[in-house]
This record gives sequence, C-alpha cells and structure tokens, in this order.
Amino acid sequence: MAGATILGRQIMWRVGTVVALHDETATARTLTVEVPDWSGHLAGQHIDVRLTAADGYSAVRSYSLASAPNSEGHVQITVERLPNGEVSPYLTQIIARGDRLEVRGPIGGWFVWRPEQVEPVQLIAGGSGIVPLMAMIRSRKSVGSRSQFRLLYSVREPEAVFYKNELMALAEDDLGLAVAYAYTRKVPTHWPRPPGRIDATLIRNATWPSVLAPTCYVCGPTSFVESVTELLTASGYERNKIRTERFGATGAKNERA
Amino acid sequence: MGIISRGFSGRRTNESANLPPGQYLTTDFPVLSAGPTPHIPLDRWEFTIRDDNNALLRRWDWKSFRELPSETPTVDLHCVTRWSKLRTTWEGVSLDTLLASVQTNASYVMAHSYGDYSTNLPIDDLKGRKAWIAFRFDGKDLEPEHGGPARLLVPHLYLWKSAKWVRGLQLMLQDKPGFWEGLGYHLYGDPWREQRYSVDK
Repeated sequence: MAGATILGRQIMWRVGTVVALHDETATARTLTVEVPDWSGHLAGQHIDVRLTAADGYSAVRSYSLASAPNSEGHVQITVERLPNGEVSPYLTQIIARGDRLEVRGPIGGWFVWRPEQVEPVQLIAGGSGIVPLMAMIRSRKSVGSRSQFRLLYSVREPEAVFYKNELMALAEDDLGLAVAYAYTRKVPTHWPRPPGRIDATLIRNATWPSVLAPTCYVCGPTSFVESVTELLTASGYERNKIRTERFGATGAKNERA
Repeated sequence: MGIISRGFSGRRTNESANLPPGQYLTTDFPVLSAGPTPHIPLDRWEFTIRDDNNALLRRWDWKSFRELPSETPTVDLHCVTRWSKLRTTWEGVSLDTLLASVQTNASYVMAHSYGDYSTNLPIDDLKGRKAWIAFRFDGKDLEPEHGGPARLLVPHLYLWKSAKWVRGLQLMLQDKPGFWEGLGYHLYGDPWREQRYSVDK
C-alpha cells in the first residue's frame, strides 16, 4: 500500500492566485492557480478549495487536480458547474484572473498513479471523472513513462468532452496511449456505435485484456463506478487492482456531492 | 478566518448551524469507497471477534446474528468529504450486545471488512449504545453499495469509521492505523473537532 502523502506542512492552507481560466465546455472551466511553495503532488490527488464571504462564512470543496506535477508551482483544477451548487458557480462564472484563492493539499494517497509504476494502466472516466485521470495521462507524458495507458471515456455528447484537442494530439503522437469514447446521449456523425453506456462488449473491445493484469482507475458518478466495476470484475479483472473514486450522488461529480 | 473571496456570498441554510464545522447538508446518500463493491452471499457471511493474537473469540453466521436483539437508531451522518445527512434511520445489533460476552483488556479494535478495508477505533467508542452492526437502512435491507449485507455504524465519528461490508473486529492492545488512517486521515476522526487529516489536532 502507498505511504502517507498528505502529511506535514503540505496540508496547511495557502493563498494562491488565479493566473489563467479556460473554458473546457459550456459548463466546465479549468482554473490555473499559482501556489507559493507548492511542494508537488501525485496524479490523482485532490485539493481543498476554501471560499470566504465578507461576513466570515466559508465553504470548502474538494477538487481533483488536473495538472501533472510541475516545477512552476502551478496547479489546475477543472470545475463542472452544478445548477444548484454553492461553490462551483463561483469558480466557473465569477472568479477572475488575479483573484486570490485559498487551497490546501495535495490530499489522498490511494487513487494515485506514481511514475515508478510500470504495469499497463486502464483508465475509465465518466463525465467530469476524467479530471484525475487526465492528471495521470499528463504525468505519464511529463516523466516519459513507458507504462502503456488506455483511456475509456464515457461522456454525454461530443460537446461535453474535456481536454478534447489535447487528448487527440496525445493519442496521435504516442503509441503508449489509446483513447476510446462512449457517448451516452449523442454521438458524432458517422460514429459506429449508437448512444449508450459502457457495456460488456465495449469493455472487451476498448480495455486491456485482464490477463495483462492492468491497474484500473475508475472515476465518475456513483452509479457509473458501480456499473463499470461490475463489468470489469465479470470480465476477469482482479478486484484488488481496481481503484475507484466516486463523485457524489445524482451525477454531482467534481463537487463531491 | 481566511481571505475574503471577492463576490462570494455563499448559501446558508437553517440547518447549517446544527452541523459540525466545514460540513454541508445533503439529502442524497453519496457513496465513497476505495474499490469495487463486494457482494457477499448471506450463507457465506460471518462476523467474528478476535483477540490481539488473532485467536477467535466469538463468531456469528447470518442466522445467529439476526437472532440477536436489534435496535433502530436514528442518527446523523458526517462524511469527511464534507456532506452531512441528518436523521437517518437504521436497524442493527448494538456492539454492546456483541461485546457483552467478551472479556478483554484491549483498548482498541480494528474493524475488518470484506474487500480488505479496515479502520481502527477505541473500544470505548463502540460501547454505550453508540455503535451498531447495521443491516437495514430507511426500512430496507442495506444495499451493497452502502455496505450491505451489514456495516459498522459509528455515527459520532466521520463516516469512514463506519466500515462497510464489515466481517469482524480484532481487539488490539495498542492503536494502529487502518486503511484511510494509514493514508493520512485522522486516527480518531471526530467531526465536531474537525479531525479530518492526521495533522488536525
């Protein structure tokens, strides 16, 4: 098992500065935050973000890091706006470049990919569950890992795909990364598969054969994770090689309920 | 107090005042687990209590477990991922009942689960009608994703202490970290003192 990675001073609150904002979709935005003395992180970890109102009321939420560890002290999160969210509307619509933002982390030592892992890796994302898996893909590239990655990304429609161009470019340039999509509501033109959830056939065709004993990372809403992990174990994956991260109920995803 | 977030007013509810610090209210029942949900057939289910040398002290199969007297506590749940859910109703066997016949000078227990999860607790936190092995939630058999057939329920601590799919307790003379505790979460986990991570007091 992994050792403790959230110990010591890394866990203290720090004041970061928003240095870039980028809309991934109509409802999701990536924030790049410069954090002084950021000591690095592992792909898959998350941070806590704290907002404070003028009267002292504060709200804290956890967001998975999207960025690979880097030397600039920049961290990225991608936030999906929830219709009735308390924090996500602020982070996706109100906060501006130059604003300060309190964060602490990195947090979490279980749902992580470490550069020293050499076995094949199967990533399966549902909706905004792509975020920590993207950190793993970026981390793999930035350290020059030769571990073979496959991503199966289930998403409502083509317009809801995060990191679309980057994923396309990465998969084209790199034989060690394969990306497959499952569109659940609306498919692109000439797409061979009708809209639908991940099923046993797609698991067979788009994931590593279980005999290769890949480590699997499954991230998405609870019902998605339940269904995918059932399919994986039914097709012979070892339970103890499947790591999961579930985002809230009713598809609340990145705001973790 | 932190720095002011320009343009943030937040959303307060009447219930917020009754919640532990840093928690917000949900009416859903979110799920958080580290891996696949195990499915345990009742004819293979067991609950055991072992001493600190792993020697078996007590064992129940499903039938003998369900013949024990049960209680129906209504309790508030507080998850370390910050949601709280109030006034949930369960049915379960009190740990007082299960530990009644066990003579021990152990001060701690490790709860073990199907699927290899574990979590540590002081034994006193399991006594005094504040902890149960619960098998029904909201009037229905406990669903696997919420820990069925049976889970530990220790509502006065953060919910990761309420081990899903529980299969036994190991008595310990000294405290040791379980699964999340070994990954940096707090050894005790009192939501009212906001003991989320190992560095929290």
